[in-house]
Amino acid sequence: MGLIDAPDSHAAPTPTSAEVAGVSPNFITTKLDLLANWGRANSLWPMPFGTACCAIEFMATAAGRFDLSRFGMERMSFSPRQADLLICAGRLPFKLAPIIRRIWDQMPQPKWCISMGACASTGGIFDTYTMVQGIDTIVPVDVYVPGCPPRPEGLIYGIMLLQKKIKGETIADPTLRQEHMVDDRGFFLPPEKIDEISEPFGNSVHQTRSA
Amino acid sequence: MSSVVGGVGGVGGVEDGPTALTALTSRFGSAILRAGVSCGDQIVWVERDRAHEILAWLRDDPEQQFNYLTDVTAVDYRDPERPLEVVYQLRSLSRGVDLRIKIPLDKSQPLRVDSVWDLWKGADWIEREVYDMFGVVFTGHPDLRRILMWETYAEGYPLRKDFPLRGHFTRAEQTRQALAANPEAHYSLEELSLAEAYDELPEDVKRRLDKGERGFVR
Repeated sequence: MGLIDAPDSHAAPTPTSAEVAGVSPNFITTKLDLLANWGRANSLWPMPFGTACCAIEFMATAAGRFDLSRFGMERMSFSPRQADLLICAGRLPFKLAPIIRRIWDQMPQPKWCISMGACASTGGIFDTYTMVQGIDTIVPVDVYVPGCPPRPEGLIYGIMLLQKKIKGETIADPTLRQEHMVDDRGFFLPPEKIDEISEPFGNSVHQTRSA
Repeated sequence: MSSVVGGVGGVGGVEDGPTALTALTSRFGSAILRAGVSCGDQIVWVERDRAHEILAWLRDDPEQQFNYLTDVTAVDYRDPERPLEVVYQLRSLSRGVDLRIKIPLDKSQPLRVDSVWDLWKGADWIEREVYDMFGVVFTGHPDLRRILMWETYAEGYPLRKDFPLRGHFTRAEQTRQALAANPEAHYSLEELSLAEAYDELPEDVKRRLDKGERGFVR
């Protein structure tokens, strides 16, 4: 799942025509999709993973003025086992990497993930030894919300994008719920890809890795 | 403690600094390497091997009464010739004065200082932090291990000047090591103070602890 195209996700054995006919979109599955997606998109239970200033904006989003309840999200799920949307609000240090990984693993399918803010999405200004350079190296991300921190309107727009995405899902596509694990070390992406997307940018290119 | 004189620590430090300095020089002589005043704060550089003795005297001497350890930290200078300095920031709550003790450590030798945990119990975590960030070993510390970075962190000591900002390993390797860490292994029962209460625990909890479910008590 996720916007990230995981490697080899389409390398599964080619289905036979009978299998295709059994799962391809038809009148029944599309109507079922419509119903299931309508329910899922409008009753997301978020698991807030707030580590920094983005969490403050997230609280503002959840509070009265911006009111997440309008999106069926009035129930904050502080237990990952009853959540279906992980919102990582804030920077993620390497020390928290195994923890968010475990939280993600504890969430039952179907589940989605929003990376809120610059630090969660890319590491932001923290291009240092402690910081995960984008949580998409740890968990699959569906929507990236830019901003430092994003305004509540920004987060709400991200949530609406996610709802749009959910409404486009279909049970005819079994790959949607696959967890694309590269190997048993818990990598979501292959190491080369992690190095590639963690490349330094901006001012920090002048900071060399050499001692 | 008769009265806590706060607020004017800096000024008090200037007035009191020479007193502490004269007493230190007359008592410890060559162990006092040099002294200076920066922004109104008295700074005394002392020899590593007698530092613990000097700090103990500063705490216990009725003239000095430096009974509060504000902070322990270290400074690594960019100049490789210049020694790394371990800094003790002392305060006397009863007299309302501050004193900064610095211990220069030759970077070509193993970085080693006597722990002051036996003098001020508050030194426990701040000395661990100095160890974590600079690699200074505090001999006599009861529980010297990393405190900010996870315990299996293998890249070195991040606040040293020769440590690259992004660390030594590639991002993929850092991610792999971080994911391989077991976060629960870092909470020892000693940290949770359960070890002291062990004898009062119910039997079933004791059995669980003895099995090592969340670490070992003894």
